[in-house]
Amino acid sequence: MTSVGFVWKNLYRKKTRTFLTFFCLFIAFLLYVALGSIAVVFSIDTVSGELGANRLQTSAKYSMIDDIPKRYVDEISQLDGVELVTHMSWFGGYYQEPSNMLVTFPVNPSTFFRVYPEYEISDEYLSAFIETRRGMVAPIAVVEQYQWKVGDIVPIGSQIYAQKDGNYTWEFELVGYYTPDQEGQTAVLLQYDYFDEANAFGPGSVGWLAIQITDSQLGPEIAQKIDSMYINSSDPVRTATESEANRQFLAQYGNITLMMSGILLAVFFTILLVCGNTMAQAFRERIAELGVLKTIGFNDYGLGLWILSEAVVLSVLPAIFGVVIGMGLLVAVGSSGAAAMFLPTPPMSVVLSTAVSSIALAGALGVLVGAIPALTTTRMSIVEAMHA
Amino acid sequence: MAFIELTNVVKNYEKGSEVVHVLQDLNLSLHEGDFLALMGPSGSGKSTLLNLIGGIDQPTAGSVVVDGANLDNMSGSQLAKWRSATIGFVFQFYNLLPFLTAERNVELPLLLTNLRGSQRKENALTALRTVSLEDRAKHKPGELSGGQQQRVAIARAIVADPKVLVCDEPTGDLDRQSAQEILALLETLNEQFGKTIIMVTHDPLAAEHAKTVLHLDKGVLVESEQAEVSA
Repeated sequence: MTSVGFVWKNLYRKKTRTFLTFFCLFIAFLLYVALGSIAVVFSIDTVSGELGANRLQTSAKYSMIDDIPKRYVDEISQLDGVELVTHMSWFGGYYQEPSNMLVTFPVNPSTFFRVYPEYEISDEYLSAFIETRRGMVAPIAVVEQYQWKVGDIVPIGSQIYAQKDGNYTWEFELVGYYTPDQEGQTAVLLQYDYFDEANAFGPGSVGWLAIQITDSQLGPEIAQKIDSMYINSSDPVRTATESEANRQFLAQYGNITLMMSGILLAVFFTILLVCGNTMAQAFRERIAELGVLKTIGFNDYGLGLWILSEAVVLSVLPAIFGVVIGMGLLVAVGSSGAAAMFLPTPPMSVVLSTAVSSIALAGALGVLVGAIPALTTTRMSIVEAMHA
Repeated sequence: MAFIELTNVVKNYEKGSEVVHVLQDLNLSLHEGDFLALMGPSGSGKSTLLNLIGGIDQPTAGSVVVDGANLDNMSGSQLAKWRSATIGFVFQFYNLLPFLTAERNVELPLLLTNLRGSQRKENALTALRTVSLEDRAKHKPGELSGGQQQRVAIARAIVADPKVLVCDEPTGDLDRQSAQEILALLETLNEQFGKTIIMVTHDPLAAEHAKTVLHLDKGVLVESEQAEVSA
C-alpha cells in the first residue's frame, strides 16, 4: 500500500456516498463544459475574422425574416467605398425529411465567393455553379454525410418557399463542393436566379446583403449612408458591421451569456455545498482515526495533505469524466446539422479552453472544500482527537 | 540513567477558567525490559501518564526522558518521528482502520519508513505471524473477533520494532479468555522480544502479568511494587 493507495481506499470506504458525490460533480462539470463553451460562443465574435472587418451586412430594419428588394444590390454598389455587394436568402431547407434540416442559402454565385473569399471553391466548380440554372454547391462534409455525388439531382424541401406550382420540394443539381473556413460550417448554396424565378412569392427579393467595403474605417459612415437612403421607403434597412450583425443575431436568443453564467453559478454553489458537506462529514467520522494515525507517528502536515488530496481527487476525477463526456456531446451536437443550426457549435479551441478551465476549477474546488478539514487536522491535538 | 525517567512531572489541563491538576510532581524510573501495570480509579491520571511517556502529550512542568530522548524539547514533527520509531501503541478499542485489511492495518506504521512495498508486506505478515493471525491477513476488522482485532492492533504496534509498548487498557473490551490470550502475548513480547511495556488497567488479574504494579490516585503515585519510584 502507498500513500496514494491509502487516499484512494479512504475515498472508497463509503461507496454509496462517494458514488453520489461523484455523480453530482460529474453532472455539474458536464454542464459546465457544455454550457460554458456555448456561453463563450455567444459572448465572442467567432464568425468574423479579419476578413469580416471589411464587410457590412444590410437587412430589413424591423425583422431579419423580412425580405428586401434585390435592386438595393445595384444601388448600394454605386456608393463610394463599396467594392462589391452580394446577397443571400434564408431558404429553410431540408433533405428528404424535415428533421434533416440544412442550412441553405440561395446566393449569387458570381459575387458570393468574391465577397467571402474564405470559402474556397475551385474554378471548375465555380464556373459550373454560375452556369447551371439549378446549380447547388455544398461543403464536402455535407456531401459525404448524404452520400451525394457531383451531377446528382438533389431534392431539397423548403419550409418557407413553394414553387409557383405549389410544390415545396425543389430540385437542384449538385455541381461541386467548396471548403468552408471553419469546421462545422454546413451551408448549402443554391443558384439564386432559379430560386428567384420559380418561387411562388415572385421575383426581386433577397434576404440580406453582404457588402464588401474598401476600408474598414469607412464602415460606420457607409452603414449610415445606406440606412439613410431607404429610411422613407417601404423597405427600410439597417446596416451594421458583420460582427455587430452577428452579435445582434445571437442576441435574439436573449442574454445567453448571462443566463448560462447564472445557471453555472447556481450549479457550482450547489456542488460547493455538496462537496463541502461530504468532506466535512467524512472528516467528522474520522477524527478518532486521524488521532490514531498521529499517535502511530504520521505528522500533522502529512495527514493534512492526505485530507486535501482526498478532496482534490474527489473533485477532479468526476470533473475529468464530465469534461470528456461534455466534449463528446458538443462534438455530437456539432455533427448534427439540425442542432448546429439553432445552437452555435463552439470551435474546438473554445471547448478545450473550457475543459482546461473546468479541471482547474475542480482542483480549486477541491482545495477550497478540503482546506478547512486539512487545516483542522494539522492543528488537532492527539488527545482531543482520540476523545472525539 | 533509567530507560524511562520522569522527573517532577506536573500536568494541568485548563477547563474554561478552571485548572485541573492531573499529575502532581510525579517521579518515575523504569528500566529497559520492564513490564509496568498502572492501576488506579478513573480520573487518577493513568492515561495522562501513559500519554506523556508515549510522547503524545507534553508535561506542564518537569521532564520526560525515554531512551535518552528528552521529550519536553521536541516539536510536534520531531515527536511524531520519534513515536514512529520508538513507541508502539495498543488501545482499549483496538482503533484499527475499518476499511483496511488486517495486513494493511499492520503495514500502516511502515509507510513512515523507507522500506519498499514488498518488504513492508513481508514485515506486516511477520508481525501477524507473531500474534498468530497470519491466516487472517486479508480479513477486515469487522470480520474479526474482539480478541483477534486486539492481536492485529498489537501486530501493528510491534511491526516497526519499537522498544516500548504503551497499552491503554488492552483487555478492557475483551472477554476473560481473549484477555488472557492478549496478556500472554504481551508477556511473550516482554520476555522474548525485550519490549518495555507500560500498561494501564483496571483489572487486578491483568496487572498480575506485569513485573511491576503502580497505583495512581489523584495524580500521585501512592504504591509501588518492584519499580524504582518516588512520588
